[in-house]
Amino acid sequence: MDQFLQQVVNGLSLGSIYALIALGYTMVYGIIKLINFAHGDIYMLGAYIGFAAVTIGGLGFFPALIAAMVLCALIGILTERIAYKPLRNSPRITLLITAIGISFFMEYAMMYFVGANVRAFPDVLPKTQYRLGSVVINLQQIAIIVTTIVLMVVLQFIVHKTKIGKAMRAVSADRDAAELMGIKVDQTISATFAIGSALAGAAGVLVGIFYNSINPLMGMMPGLKAFVAAVFGGIGIIPGAMIGGISIGVIETMVSGYGSSMYKDAVVFAILILVLIFKPSGLLGKNVREKV
Amino acid sequence: MLEIKELNVHYGVIHALKNVSLSVNSGEIVTLIGANGAGKTSTLRTISGLEKVSGGDILLNGQSIVHLTAPKRVAMGISQVPEGRRIFADMSVLENLEMGAYLRKDKDGIREDMEMVYGRFPILRDRKKQLAGTLSGGEQQMLAMGRALMSRPQILLLDEPSMGLAPILVQEIFNIIKDINAAGTTVLLVEQNANMALSIADRGYVIETGSIVLAGTGQELAQSPAVRKAYLGGE
Repeated sequence: MDQFLQQVVNGLSLGSIYALIALGYTMVYGIIKLINFAHGDIYMLGAYIGFAAVTIGGLGFFPALIAAMVLCALIGILTERIAYKPLRNSPRITLLITAIGISFFMEYAMMYFVGANVRAFPDVLPKTQYRLGSVVINLQQIAIIVTTIVLMVVLQFIVHKTKIGKAMRAVSADRDAAELMGIKVDQTISATFAIGSALAGAAGVLVGIFYNSINPLMGMMPGLKAFVAAVFGGIGIIPGAMIGGISIGVIETMVSGYGSSMYKDAVVFAILILVLIFKPSGLLGKNVREKV
Repeated sequence: MLEIKELNVHYGVIHALKNVSLSVNSGEIVTLIGANGAGKTSTLRTISGLEKVSGGDILLNGQSIVHLTAPKRVAMGISQVPEGRRIFADMSVLENLEMGAYLRKDKDGIREDMEMVYGRFPILRDRKKQLAGTLSGGEQQMLAMGRALMSRPQILLLDEPSMGLAPILVQEIFNIIKDINAAGTTVLLVEQNANMALSIADRGYVIETGSIVLAGTGQELAQSPAVRKAYLGGE
């Protein structure tokens, strides 16, 4: 039982990271129907920005987190403006291939500038551990879980209560109808990229402080797993990405804890296959939405 | 108020609108009738700025709007109820109406218009917290119309408001269109239900394969042998 609870705590930390990345995938998919394969690399850039903020800027955890989120938001907007916007009326496959190209570009441009070697992320939070019975939770895990919860609450507020959030939902539902309301579609898409990328940037910093190591290719696997999480929860559905991310994190940790960590990746991708076979619309997905 | 001059629209190689000219005067109900695929929806989409023009001009109160974006045209007073209603199914009725007022900042005016819409469509008030996708077809049409009115338009473009509705509802929707017009909103109505459209229209145009082939008052068109033969099922 204790080991189980311990795995749950570990799984929640990892799942929070996946959930933050998955949110960006799902929001971007919702609005322009693009699986943005460069999204995992935004998360990598977030980790490096956080790294630079701490090592060069001498900033603490919170300012580094904010810096990474703001810069990643700008990078997200720029990527969309430069690479995706000119393809607005192209077939979706063109957009997808472009996204893969952007992903490689970011990975290897970063490798050119910072080198391929793994860097140790400095300790920005003390290595304090708390014991609840025999379950150990450290400050890093608490920071990850609390930050994720706060960001999700803020995201829900933005999406449901603010004008830009409602515009995002309207454009996701029906771009032409949204334009007929006077909603500026390009501006709304930019906002979506900004928010999604900021969340990925936050995830990058959180991972840096948790695993202490970052490298230019670190976005690939978490990016793919967050994609699985988004599909698992129902691509395009925000609560789905949250649930999907947490679930994938917990499942992966359980497999490592009780089975073998060799199988953890295989299990995650097996889930993707099962979801695609049995419920392609995902956990929260609906198949029929419109009435005639 | 609205004047369309020699409008041409191409979809790739398809010449969808060929030199379409029509005008809508302030306070009128004008209808554009024609068969499926004749270019009715294309005409409205082009007026709203959703389609690119390959030639011609669109004037609103004498000012060319043909190069303006769709949102700018909404701001100038053109509002459209699109074909198939296109309400935001996963948003509440209230949120749908708020989206209609997206460009407005006058909170009091928005509240006033919200009351006006609820007055015209009382069912929307009862369902304001409900997701729009759960409404019946007729209710969705009312929501789409209410949403379009929330921008306080000078001219309302309606694309097939009767589509898929029971006859009794069609009558109700048309009565509401007349009321909206009587309250001061100019209406351009696209319909396949020519009978119904001509009965409330001041003037009408008939469009066939992208060209305007006939124009006249509602009554003239309703009595025209060509129209009766083609669209009214008479001889």
